[in-house]
Amino acid sequence: MTYRRRHSPLHAARAVVGAVWCLALVTVAVTVHHPVVLGALLVSVLAAGTAALVARPVVLGLAVGVPFAVVIVAFNAVLSHNGLTVIFRFGGPWDVTLEAVVAGAMYGLTAIALCCAAALYSAAVDPDDLLRAFRRLSFSSALTAALATRMVPVLARDARRLSDAQRCRAGAPPARVALLRAVAANAMDRALDVAATLEVRGYGTAGRAPALKRPWSRHDLAFAASAVALFALAVVCRGLAPFAMYPRLSMGLDGGVLAACGLIAAAVLAPFADRRGV
Amino acid sequence: MTVLSLDRVTYAYAGATVPALRDVTLAVEPGEFVVLAGGTGSGKSTLLRAACGLVPHFHGGTFSGRTLVGGLDTREHGPARIAGVAGTLFQEPETQVVLGTVRAELAFPLENAGLGPAAVARGVEEAGLALGIAHLLDRSTSELSGGELQRVALGASLATRPALVLLDEPTSQLDPVAGDELLGVLRRLNEEWGTAVVLAEHRLERCLSAADRVVAIRDGAVACDAAPQDFLTWAAAQAPDLQTPGARLFSLAGLAPLPVAVKDARAALRKRGLDGSGAPEPVAPAPPPRSHGRVAAAAPAPRRRGRDAALELKHLWLEPRGAEPRLRGASLTVAAGEIVALMGRNGAGKSTLLRVAAGLDKPTRGKVRATGRVALLLQTPGDYFLHDTVAAELDGAALERAGLAHLADRHPRDLSGGERQRLALAVVMGGEAPAALLLDEPTRGMDQPRKAALAGELCCLGGEGVAVVLATHDAELAVAVAARTVLLGKGDVVADAPTADVLGGGWYFATQTARILAGAALDPAAGAALLRDRLDLAVKEALT
Repeated sequence: MTYRRRHSPLHAARAVVGAVWCLALVTVAVTVHHPVVLGALLVSVLAAGTAALVARPVVLGLAVGVPFAVVIVAFNAVLSHNGLTVIFRFGGPWDVTLEAVVAGAMYGLTAIALCCAAALYSAAVDPDDLLRAFRRLSFSSALTAALATRMVPVLARDARRLSDAQRCRAGAPPARVALLRAVAANAMDRALDVAATLEVRGYGTAGRAPALKRPWSRHDLAFAASAVALFALAVVCRGLAPFAMYPRLSMGLDGGVLAACGLIAAAVLAPFADRRGV
Repeated sequence: MTVLSLDRVTYAYAGATVPALRDVTLAVEPGEFVVLAGGTGSGKSTLLRAACGLVPHFHGGTFSGRTLVGGLDTREHGPARIAGVAGTLFQEPETQVVLGTVRAELAFPLENAGLGPAAVARGVEEAGLALGIAHLLDRSTSELSGGELQRVALGASLATRPALVLLDEPTSQLDPVAGDELLGVLRRLNEEWGTAVVLAEHRLERCLSAADRVVAIRDGAVACDAAPQDFLTWAAAQAPDLQTPGARLFSLAGLAPLPVAVKDARAALRKRGLDGSGAPEPVAPAPPPRSHGRVAAAAPAPRRRGRDAALELKHLWLEPRGAEPRLRGASLTVAAGEIVALMGRNGAGKSTLLRVAAGLDKPTRGKVRATGRVALLLQTPGDYFLHDTVAAELDGAALERAGLAHLADRHPRDLSGGERQRLALAVVMGGEAPAALLLDEPTRGMDQPRKAALAGELCCLGGEGVAVVLATHDAELAVAVAARTVLLGKGDVVADAPTADVLGGGWYFATQTARILAGAALDPAAGAALLRDRLDLAVKEALT
């Protein structure tokens, strides 16, 4: 998953605003403990991915999140001893309850939402623009992060090349340890080359970057407003009709919950309505 | 003020017993275009690294003498400070681009120099326009081709408008078109903006016409520092490996002065009435030299079809999902012992065809048939090595056969380029000779002696009955080893004929000798024989 500039409002917004907006999505995902609201958030993030023309990476994030969710459900079902509705009886503390499964599914849903938000961030927020913003605080840390992002596709290509070369060797396939050592040695060579390049681009003399004065665009303002709304909703949603998992399942589904779903969807998707100047 | 001056510089890498630079004294004036010539390991790259301050600051080692870059002493100023007065470009495009977008990449050195936002924005726009990459400014660097990446890297090294640019074989990893474009850009920078250029390059015929001076480096010392014409005269006597094909043609034919460019050569022949109007059929090249004590094949095996084929590719299609087909019904039959050159522009499907033939990629349609194992040598020999010693990569008998037994205790990464290539070739060949050997761009970044050794090696294999297919942009290599050349275009075979026919009358797919002699001969030896015949004829005509 690498950033590529596309003609969408999220790509048009400045990177700091885009990053804060994604952080707001994450905040809502971790503070809301109601499955319907979480579901609404997840659907909104997927829709935002489509509106930002990065549906594929966001769906990939979903695909990465689902196995995590399955593992969380399985662990919670086995390890949680709470809940009264036993659905699988293995004896004593190993009994699996419906409540533990549902609670695991809730945490899993949160994990999926987080993966999708992270995927949306990496596909739609310009890391270089972000680097420029953060280098005023800590240049070397920001550059290290940017380089790590840049090196991922390079090393992936190297790994593919090495793997092809090993398939071309005559005789038995090589041991995995030997292969791993070759990949590591190759990565070290690459790192040295990049370090030399940084030197000759004047990295060693880099001082505090000058402030970049850029007027706030309509998209900057829209996503900033959306982020503020999402942070506020994260706080408000904590007081929603309760969803209890233990000892028995009970879910309040009143007008407040439905309103929260609608407001979250509106807050997430509203900035995408205006596509002028993308 | 002199932009670069090295005064008695001697340098040895940390742990090395032999210095990489020995008593080098050199000066480059503003606006000069200097070409560094020399074989692999001669010290060209080290000299450039000394000029940009990486030696000794980055590499360590023992340094004596003095290097001044734009008045800055490299002993006192590191490469980051030197970057303000000298831009540097290395071989590998992938590792020279450090940020995600072209705009950010061009802005990076300007921001490092502490320029304000307006100056950075202006610098980015100017570098984009000067290098012809303005249309790429908002593109992601991960989407760019090798040639585009190298241009972006050049743009980044020039963004601060240095008076000097240092380039270490910047075209070695590029196809000829991208390489020529890059050299064109350098020429323009030098001529129009007065930027001094120091360029290390193996294929001198590409850049000699733009050069003011050529500095030949041998064993870390300056062996020759002269104008291109004088350098060619020196090379003819002292370093034949550094001669361009055109100069070799003239010196073998006993003609003087030696031509710097194709245009000079044609003019000289025209003046002597040797330009060959009414030229005869192209003359086939002489067989390649001996290699590792074995005798090269006297003549390539005749072309065979059907049941005699060692490798048969029939109507191959490769249609990736959501992308253009990479092969469109390509067919190729290679007989045992036959050597075939596969040529074509970038993206024509040469590498893909080899990958499919070797079983690395599966064709969507079509068949691959071989009488035995198909070995494939990919572009980077280092990718094949997994162990700490050469002996661990191959058994004793295979090492002996490859002529590498004396290097058994060395680390594969410490071998020279030619030795690495031979080791990789032995690794893919295995104990038993394969039915077919496929090579993908085997001469990228190779100097002349290594190319000649490889040509001899391939002819030996052909003589032993191995079918050889090499994908290459190097017309000189194709002429040296292949009796038949197949031209690919957009995933299919567009020409399949004897090498003399395909590379004789071409413009782009042609050797320098063929260009000088309008296709009448393909390599310098055959061309020189032809010229001598014409000279004799001219003398006889004059006498009668």
